[in-house]
Amino acid sequence: MTAARQLAERHRFRWWELVPWIAGVAVFFAFPNYLSFGTQVLITILFALSLDLVLGYAGIVTLGHAAFFGVGAYTVGMMAMHWGWNEPLSGLVAAALVAGAIGLASGLVLLRTRGLTLLMLTLCTMALLEQAANMGAAWTGGFDGMPGLSFGKILGLFSFDAIYFRSQYLYSLVVLLACFVLLRALIYSSFGQSLTGIRENLLRMHAVGAPVRARLVAAYTISAALAGLAGGLYTQTTGYVNLSVLGLERAAGVLIVLILGGYGRLYGAFVGAIAYMVLEHLLAKAYPTAWQLGIGLTLMAVALYARNGILGLGDALRRRFGAGGIR
Amino acid sequence: MAMAMLETTGLCKNFGALEVAREVNFRLEHGARHALIGPNGAGKTTFINLLTGVLSPSRGSVMFEGEDVTALAQAKRVKRGIVRTFQINQLFRGLTVLENVCIAVAERFSVGGTMVRPAGRRAEVIEEASRLIEMLKLGGDAGRRIIELPYGRQRLVEIAIALGLSPRVLLLDEPAAGIPSAESHILLDAIATLPKEIAVLIIDHDMDLVFRFAERITVLVSGAILAEGTPAEIAANHEVRAVYLGSALDA
Repeated sequence: MTAARQLAERHRFRWWELVPWIAGVAVFFAFPNYLSFGTQVLITILFALSLDLVLGYAGIVTLGHAAFFGVGAYTVGMMAMHWGWNEPLSGLVAAALVAGAIGLASGLVLLRTRGLTLLMLTLCTMALLEQAANMGAAWTGGFDGMPGLSFGKILGLFSFDAIYFRSQYLYSLVVLLACFVLLRALIYSSFGQSLTGIRENLLRMHAVGAPVRARLVAAYTISAALAGLAGGLYTQTTGYVNLSVLGLERAAGVLIVLILGGYGRLYGAFVGAIAYMVLEHLLAKAYPTAWQLGIGLTLMAVALYARNGILGLGDALRRRFGAGGIR
Repeated sequence: MAMAMLETTGLCKNFGALEVAREVNFRLEHGARHALIGPNGAGKTTFINLLTGVLSPSRGSVMFEGEDVTALAQAKRVKRGIVRTFQINQLFRGLTVLENVCIAVAERFSVGGTMVRPAGRRAEVIEEASRLIEMLKLGGDAGRRIIELPYGRQRLVEIAIALGLSPRVLLLDEPAAGIPSAESHILLDAIATLPKEIAVLIIDHDMDLVFRFAERITVLVSGAILAEGTPAEIAANHEVRAVYLGSALDA
């Protein structure tokens, strides 16, 4: 039966899935002066991917995902500042663990609710953490944050490159690849399928005997850990951390990235992050005072004409001209 | 008396002052073909919700094969085999028919929470889902998404999902609702050919369906059981005719 074969082959890697990684390496050689910017794009992709798991797949509407990015960023920053813990990889693991733990704890409480209540509670959680970071100045540096952090060599071999960001870029690319492979497997697993089920029809998912809340909490925890990892990467590659890592602006930004690229479809995070950040970069260069107007107009166009983001637009075209879409 | 498959004793449910189930004593025997009828607002769907654990009763108990399941959560009751379909389709509308049934089968096989192995490599899940889809003559639509199917075909997917959970008790909430009569025979055949070891309780307004299918009928009015008996007894019951059948048969 063809449907069964389709399902059995759905998780296989296809040739075009190599494209982002080839492009990632190509950028390294083609734009050596833009690797600092490129590193930020890679981190944003990872952050947006973590959001896609909860928002795009599980259908958990959150406006406070930067909470976990921030927790990861501060974890790495505080460990470096107070304990002199500069080893990068273990720092990332710590960021993921701490953010995951906070995701688990808040998820157990928050995910009893849905819709607008959930939205407000995710926002509140983030605001609480933001205030904690602001007020705990002895630990977090308060409003000024922690500037001038330095980190050890990656794997004891590659030191962070203060001028061209070469090692930061490749380091971020490899971490992104590792997280992506993990997340991709998760999406195509039975667990991932059941998250889609929860998003599509909660009532039905209860009626097939699925432990819905446990699944949601698990997804939320994993997503928080990945967001924390992205945050940790941010602190390590920039060498500083301040309140901007867990504000509403960052939370809304990553949401916009995901909506722009297309949510619930793995590669939306890639397309969205690149489109958003490149657009922002070019607009800021051309119109230093009014660049946000351009972003706003783009978002309006997406909201009006491309509900499923840029990739969704591609799908619509492909459907019009025959073959199936990228899911 | 032998042990019933599913039995309620003194089941009551009220929402504030509103009593939607009143002292319901109900037995569903092994292998039963039982129908629950009653006018709109009689509390039929509430009763289903009490049996499946969506609602918890204000008083009384629900026994499943002699075990008290009154406090058991919905998911756990499903695992034991208390399975329902919905009056209005509750499907994963953006997913294919095969994916819909696979999600249910994966839960039954307790692999729904596994994170590493691709769902597509669970051959046992896909085979079982495909078997059910073929059984309900949905084979040609297996790869189509629910939203692309006519309502009647979607209705069959509801049944396929329910069967995918390996039910011991199957609660069918108006299974034929919304299906054009020209297509309803596929559904009725599917119900008629359900394995005898599954106890079936059907809730419906359609008297043709009920009298054709049921060996016993329970009439629910205002949350309480008005009468129970064989179809012939129910048809001859004056009280039932007065409050319910009369108006339905005249229509």
